[in-house]
Amino acid sequence: MAHRERSVDSSRPRRVGLTRREMLAGTAGAVGAAAVPAAAQQAIDTTRRPGPGPNEVGQRSPFVTPRRDPSSTSSRTPLQHLRGTITPADLHFERHHGGVPAIDPDRYELLVHGLVDRPTFFTLADLKRFPATSRICFLECSGNLRRGGPETLPQMVCGLTSQTEWTGVLLSTVLREVGAHADATWFLAEGQDAAVMSRSIPMEKAFDDAMIVYAQNGDALMPGNGYPARLLLPGWEGNSSVKWLRRIELADRPFMTREETSKYTDPLGDGSRSRQFSFVMDARSIITDPAWPRVIEPGWHEIRGLAWSGRGRIARVDVSADGGATWQEAELQEPVLAKAHVRFRAPWRWDGGAAEIMSRATDETGYVQPTWEALVAARGPRTRYHQNPITSWTIGADGRVLFGTERLQS
Amino acid sequence: MTRTAPPRGPARPLRPGAGAPARGFGLALLLAGVPWAAAAQPADQAAGPLGLGRPATANEIAALDIDVMPDGAGLPLGGGSAAEGARVWGGACRSCHGREGEGGIAAPLVGRDAAARPPTVGNYWPYATTLYDYIYRAMPRNAPGTLSPDEVYGLVAWILAKNGIIDDEAVMNAATLPDVVMPARHRFDPDDRLESDAVR
Repeated sequence: MAHRERSVDSSRPRRVGLTRREMLAGTAGAVGAAAVPAAAQQAIDTTRRPGPGPNEVGQRSPFVTPRRDPSSTSSRTPLQHLRGTITPADLHFERHHGGVPAIDPDRYELLVHGLVDRPTFFTLADLKRFPATSRICFLECSGNLRRGGPETLPQMVCGLTSQTEWTGVLLSTVLREVGAHADATWFLAEGQDAAVMSRSIPMEKAFDDAMIVYAQNGDALMPGNGYPARLLLPGWEGNSSVKWLRRIELADRPFMTREETSKYTDPLGDGSRSRQFSFVMDARSIITDPAWPRVIEPGWHEIRGLAWSGRGRIARVDVSADGGATWQEAELQEPVLAKAHVRFRAPWRWDGGAAEIMSRATDETGYVQPTWEALVAARGPRTRYHQNPITSWTIGADGRVLFGTERLQS
Repeated sequence: MTRTAPPRGPARPLRPGAGAPARGFGLALLLAGVPWAAAAQPADQAAGPLGLGRPATANEIAALDIDVMPDGAGLPLGGGSAAEGARVWGGACRSCHGREGEGGIAAPLVGRDAAARPPTVGNYWPYATTLYDYIYRAMPRNAPGTLSPDEVYGLVAWILAKNGIIDDEAVMNAATLPDVVMPARHRFDPDDRLESDAVR
């Protein structure tokens, strides 16, 4: 027993079959596993008792407990728990305006009408019969910044962004099916939630890369992400990718809904002017590790984070460990996709002195993620949406990593 | 939708003779140099539709087509005054938006001071028709879609009158509402961020 390896058991004495008592014990262990606290399970010698067998739906290890941070209207992806670029569907951020509707897929229909030759209802089965396509891209709420105190998680700084492999049909394919008129310049996308969410979208986007999607990471959409079908506008503010899509109406002018006039517009300068139809999400990045609440040791660390841009591909991410005095280019994890989260990593040796780590994204259009000061200078102090400033984490002599609140002072 | 929920309100024809189309705000900019119309005519268009879906009838469309546009397209028959709206306000709106629309757990709706925050209907909403659209669509929060067109017109009139935009006696209906000029009508500019890689 003393020589038993933890993971490689070729040297382990083999027995064929289990005694009835062992079988019962193993079964009891399996049934009780979910109820046993993680700390108690740690005391179990897993090599001495068979674990639970396969099951219908997998669950995370009881030692792994990532959680969204829900409020009454949104929940935030725990960026600090994730290592890749695909967000598990059950951790995808949410932003609702009228709660999550429970929609029976057998009764679901999407109406496409307005400036079209053939006003048509499509069932979910109809949508799935169209030529399908998949795309990996991020979604981000345009209200995705909190300027919290030093003890702020990455999730709280900008957890209203997630990434998914979406599958569905190109909107342009559906529009060909109904015979979209050439004089249509905008379309209304309307949801089946209690807010009957509605946004006007330029037809240019419809014929560029807009999709109607019914699958999220290969599975059906999660209810909070639009089940059974939603609009997907890659790179654009999340609100415009209307969930629970029930109606598309083509028109020759925008509809001027509440969400594109009194909301989701950006006061500029002294606030007397506002920017409207500001759809594209600008380039952004955040270091997700090390971040609060980690306490680090002097020595070698890998600075890790996410970068993305609604304008296209991320071209480079630079990382600074001295509060922006000097920068080094981080490595980007392939594949680097357009309008998608990309992982960046950079080696760093912490010498134990005061340090401030920060990241700065540049996309393929040449747009560089700005400082907070640059944002305020360009837009004035009243913009609430589309804030994408460089953020930082400070490291004290005790190794505590804290959110760099000084970077977001105005 | 027609099979999952009762139609929200009566079928409403477009208002005949509705005014000129709303300004194509930002459109020229957004579409400049983008030949999407050409892209809308792909090679497979000649092959015709795939034959998916089922035709939508005019009645089915009318049952779902609840949006109201700035020129009044989509506004239903009916009407209401501020006095009529006040009665609805007390029961459906006041508990969240305040006795005089000053706000509470929900946003303030009354106020003309352009510098005030948060924004109000009086200082930030560019179109009065959006009020009709949104109230009918999504209010009150705990029972959206339950107000009649007359009740919505009354609430619209009450909110506009409280903001000093229309007279207290004015009746809002499909003919009068599109003609209301909001104080914030011209405060919005199109998105110019993509014209440059500079921070805007």
